[in-house]
Amino acid sequence: MARGIVTFSSDRCKACGLCILFCPKQIMGFDKTSINILGYHPVGLIKPEDCNGCGICAMMCPDLVIEVGRE
Amino acid sequence: MKMIAKKPESLTGAKYHYCPGCSHGIIHRLVAEAMDELNIREQTIGICPVGCSVLAYDYFNCDMLEAAHGRAPAIATAIKRLLPDRYLFTYQGDGDLASIGMGEIVHASLRGEKITTIFVNNTLYGMTGGQMAPTTLLGQVTTTSPYGRKVEWEGYPAKMCELLSCNEGAAYICRTAVNSPANIIKTKKAIKKAFQIQGQGLGFTLVEVLSTCPTNWGLSPADSLKWMEEHMIPYYPLGEFKVKGE
Amino acid sequence: MQRVLMKGNEAIAEGAIRAGCRGFFGYPITPSSEIAEYMARKMPTIGGVFVQAESELAAINMVYGGAATGARVMTASSGPGISLKQEGISFLAEGELPCLIVDICRGGPGLGGIQPSQADYFQATRGGGHGDYYIIVLAPSSAQEMMDLTMLGFELADKHRTPVMLMAEGTLGNLIEPVLVRDEVTEFVDKPWAITGCLGRQPNIVNTLHMPVEQLQTRNQHLTEKYQAIRSQEIRSEEFLTEDADLILVAYGIMARIAKKAVMNARSLGIKTGLIRPITLWPYPYGVVNKIAQTCKAMVSIEISTTGQMIEDIKLATAGKVPIHYIGEIARTPNPEEITQQLLVIAAKEGLI
Ligand SMILES: Cc1ncc(C[n+]2csc(CCOP(=O)(O)OP(=O)(O)O)c2C)c(N)n1
Ligand code: SF4
Ligand code: SF4
Ligand code: SF4
Repeated sequence: MARGIVTFSSDRCKACGLCILFCPKQIMGFDKTSINILGYHPVGLIKPEDCNGCGICAMMCPDLVIEVGRE
Repeated sequence: MKMIAKKPESLTGAKYHYCPGCSHGIIHRLVAEAMDELNIREQTIGICPVGCSVLAYDYFNCDMLEAAHGRAPAIATAIKRLLPDRYLFTYQGDGDLASIGMGEIVHASLRGEKITTIFVNNTLYGMTGGQMAPTTLLGQVTTTSPYGRKVEWEGYPAKMCELLSCNEGAAYICRTAVNSPANIIKTKKAIKKAFQIQGQGLGFTLVEVLSTCPTNWGLSPADSLKWMEEHMIPYYPLGEFKVKGE
Repeated sequence: MQRVLMKGNEAIAEGAIRAGCRGFFGYPITPSSEIAEYMARKMPTIGGVFVQAESELAAINMVYGGAATGARVMTASSGPGISLKQEGISFLAEGELPCLIVDICRGGPGLGGIQPSQADYFQATRGGGHGDYYIIVLAPSSAQEMMDLTMLGFELADKHRTPVMLMAEGTLGNLIEPVLVRDEVTEFVDKPWAITGCLGRQPNIVNTLHMPVEQLQTRNQHLTEKYQAIRSQEIRSEEFLTEDADLILVAYGIMARIAKKAVMNARSLGIKTGLIRPITLWPYPYGVVNKIAQTCKAMVSIEISTTGQMIEDIKLATAGKVPIHYIGEIARTPNPEEITQQLLVIAAKEGLI
């Protein structure tokens, strides 16, 4: 199965949660251990190894936080 | 590694000032992706409105002009007439386009101006704090329809696609939404098609995109998408209203 | 150069074309419509653009778009239409977009009437729309000047990156006079700021929004400096027999021509009379009026307006040095004899006869 590589420009994340909501693998979540420059807990991958590289998270993200590549 | 999603070249990458979950950001990206795919960034001139997207000139990586409230179609008309081989797009909110700019948009479409309008319908005036727009739904509470929009007082919501598709000069009129990945894909297709039809010189093109305003709707970004699906889409049906030649 | 008979309005249109204007955006209104009609005939034959807009709001915003491409563009209207255009003029001033706006005046307020008027002076010379700005205002007094000042207007607009207004009375618009048709302008300034698509360069932006306090202050400071430069370079006026004059008339446009005759009449009756004709209404020739106020005994503003508008600039210029009188009414151009009669009364009051 294709494996996805997701990278975040975490400083742009506004924690709207839309990526989390739509990720078909349900592997995204807020990183409660960090606060970005905008004052939000940015999103990160909880189980990066499960990512299929579908790109839906980037599609739903209004703020150009997410880049997705596929291996 | 194959890139599935990254910042389009037609965006500068400047950080948006939009509220969390606001669909303006998604719609900007879709316009930019369409420009990238058609390879027209350097031939494109964009005109941004007065409204939350007034700063779009900082976000699109092409020549940009900021219009007075509602006047973008008039401005685009002159530019297109003087530079007929360029691509022109106006990016307008529902207050900008369907209220103060009603005259300009109707006449640009009647004249068949070869421009593309991206019409962002979020049912109210976002920038000024959530007042009623011509597109506010019946019963919807806004700061200037505090008892809910009533027909007796405020009349009916404006269905711009339905209205504009009557005009002979309109070559492509389509309504889409950005509430789901499937609809986002359709929105990009529609925007791309509009640019292509503009390029073919067939006439006026417009894509109305149903959009969210979580801040003034008083809903979370996720609930906003649900509200759009449950309330907006039934009143503002999605699909192509006019495709010249088809 | 060819000398032909031309209506004032046609001289404007032909002058604009000769100045390289290739975009006209208008909405019909008497007494300016002939300019649009002339452009509608001519533009398609010279590769230009003519659009009859749905309103003056749309027309001036088309001018905004057209000017942003770097093309020489214009619009023409009259009082009620100019009022609607003020929104766009304010944006053009802030966006620093060169263009020509013609106001063939009619009487107001409201729908007013289509008879002669100079009652748009306030809105022309005080910016007119919202915000801190001025536009250059040129006041021709003959069909020849309708052409010449139109051409100058485009030149000044480009030179200073500013909207320019040409303001004339309906009478002048309809007056048929011989005009020396000027040569086509062939050299134009570069406009690297123009919005043309960013092929081979960084994107250009035309905007008028400056939210941060310092940004707006810097912008307005820049505009203020520009207005100062225009004041120091572009003031134009004509003096007629002012050197020994006790009584100075101040009049512009068609009114100045009539006043000139009245000056001769008054002189033949023994009143040493002279005339100042402002050609730029903004920037106003305050210096000239002030200088002459040091040697004359009284001044008279003659305007086609009942309340009197330019008289306020004369008062500013003279700072109380001499008494200022007023002759004027709306919707009617007085003849030289009528003016002479009134000058006799004023001269008597001031002890000049
Ligand atoms: C002539 C004028 N009238 C009113 C305003 C105030 N104003 C700014 S934005 C706006 C409404 C914008 O709403 P919309 O077009 O729906 O865009 P949104 O902010 O929702 O994206 C208004 C009324 C203005 N700037 N100019
Ligand atoms: S690419 Fe698909 S699977 Fe991977 S995180 Fe994004 S939405 Fe989830
Ligand atoms: S969609 Fe974008 S902005 Fe929203 S939470 Fe996810 S990464 Fe952050
Ligand atoms: S006010 Fe509404 S439309 Fe404006 S940025 Fe915020 S969410 Fe978006």
